[in-house]
Amino acid sequence: MTLPTLSRANVAALAFIVAMTAGLLAAPLFLKTYGVYLLSLWALNTVAAIGLNLTLGYAGQISLGQAAFLGIGAYAVAILMKAGVSFWLGLPAGVLLAFAVGLALGFPALRVQHHYLAFATLGFNALVFLVIRNEEWLTGGNFGIRVARPELLGHSLRSGIDYYHVCLAVLAVTALLVWLLLRSPWGRAFACLRDNPIRAESLGIDVRSYTLLAFAIGAACAGVAGAFLAPLVNFIDPSPFGLVPSIYLLLMVIIGGPGRFFGPFLGAAIVTLLPEWLRVADVWYLVIFGIFVVALMAFCPGGLLAVPEKVAAMRAARRSARGSAAGQAGARP
Amino acid sequence: MTALLEVAGLARAFGAVRAVGGVDFAVEDGEVFGVIGPNGSGKTTMFNCILGQLRPDAGRVRFGGAEITGARPLALARLGIGRTFQSLQVFGSLSARDNLIAAAQEYVGTLAGRLLAAPDAGLTGRAEALLARLNLAHVADKPAGSLSYGQQKLLDIGMAFMSGARLVFLDEPAAGVNPRIVGEMAAMLRALKAESGATFVVIEHNMDFVMGLCDRVMVMAEGKRIALGTPAEVRADPQVLEAYLGG
Repeated sequence: MTLPTLSRANVAALAFIVAMTAGLLAAPLFLKTYGVYLLSLWALNTVAAIGLNLTLGYAGQISLGQAAFLGIGAYAVAILMKAGVSFWLGLPAGVLLAFAVGLALGFPALRVQHHYLAFATLGFNALVFLVIRNEEWLTGGNFGIRVARPELLGHSLRSGIDYYHVCLAVLAVTALLVWLLLRSPWGRAFACLRDNPIRAESLGIDVRSYTLLAFAIGAACAGVAGAFLAPLVNFIDPSPFGLVPSIYLLLMVIIGGPGRFFGPFLGAAIVTLLPEWLRVADVWYLVIFGIFVVALMAFCPGGLLAVPEKVAAMRAARRSARGSAAGQAGARP
Repeated sequence: MTALLEVAGLARAFGAVRAVGGVDFAVEDGEVFGVIGPNGSGKTTMFNCILGQLRPDAGRVRFGGAEITGARPLALARLGIGRTFQSLQVFGSLSARDNLIAAAQEYVGTLAGRLLAAPDAGLTGRAEALLARLNLAHVADKPAGSLSYGQQKLLDIGMAFMSGARLVFLDEPAAGVNPRIVGEMAAMLRALKAESGATFVVIEHNMDFVMGLCDRVMVMAEGKRIALGTPAEVRADPQVLEAYLGG
């Protein structure tokens, strides 16, 4: 295998990663407890959105059920910890459960696509939400479950900054693993089933297996995020795992730019942090946010990370229009 | 020579319309077999019945002696049967090089193994050679969706060869291609054939293209085979003249 060449894009991406890491590590110096909590939440939302970006952005399978997998990860950890099991055993259990359920949710995608699939996954989310809310003996229903912060190598993670570092590490590891996956032949196969599943099948690409895997891996990412979310909040109840949170996770992917690696980072930042900045706007917050999303979709449906390309394309179009106009003017007698 | 592909009594109807009404033919190993016929004569429906896109109502298809009637497209691809579609079918967001790699990567190793394999699955060399052969080396890094129609058409054909298929079905390779380039395309296909040793089945409207490329030609009209022979024989057949010129 040859080393990747240092193209301009690679250098830019590397510089961006270094700057972002430095910024994220320095941020707690300037933030109070709540700010650090919000950044931890951003990191975990990004992990869940990276999973959905893989399912939706790279493999082209719409899912409106991502929050359900967040819930599966969170409740697996909470229920096992309540039973006295270590967080570090609950974590793989929750991720595996999310992976298995994600695999099962992939089956409808083999039969239906687009808005039909959106509704199938939405129905699945509603089902998981009802189970969490109604099966009080297991989940505590609306009363929820208290979840303690775990220990890491004998070191308590009770401090907000320590747990923030854990969340950043989880984000870094997930992002690296997904990046490696997308670079592998699997990533290419995912793109093929998004672009043209019928052609893919005729070239020996097992569309069925890759579709199921796209769902399962996306779900497993949400399972990871959910497992770390429970101890972050110290308490879980059904509300963060309903339909509206699923829509917000979808929004993170769409706003950032589906099929773009750093899209979820940006999208999760906007969806997680914007409500806090817009607190001054009070009841107008949702109106402002709604207008922003509508404007973005109208101007640049490829998401925020597609804006530079869009602007460049518009400039080029204007330049060529001016050029041809000048040409016509020149040709006039 | 032995028959690589045998089709017997293949039939498919849509409601009351018998699109393919019991067609028999055999394709010899190593030949270029042409299928021609007026619009609506059932050529593409027959292709789709052989290649698993449609289920035939009756008839049998054998490949290398093994029954493949009604087999799924994925199973046929794994057996070494490649194809192109009548309309353009490239992966628009992938580069031209990645389109070729995608067309062959699933034949390398196992599904789990490919997760840990090198990003190109060791296929870059083969892809570059094929790109050069197709005169597409200069656009290797461009998204396939941004290439010209003719370039996409060549890439589409290249993808059917990339996996090393033994039998390749081409559905109207020259359709919509600039007449100036049609001759070039025929030369390209002959070169690909010489290198790969694959057997071709080609549907085409362009008579000159078919007559210049194919060893044998089958003529279809109204879902039936009306002639089968060398290009010269078929051209002289009165039934063929009637079907094409109208009686």
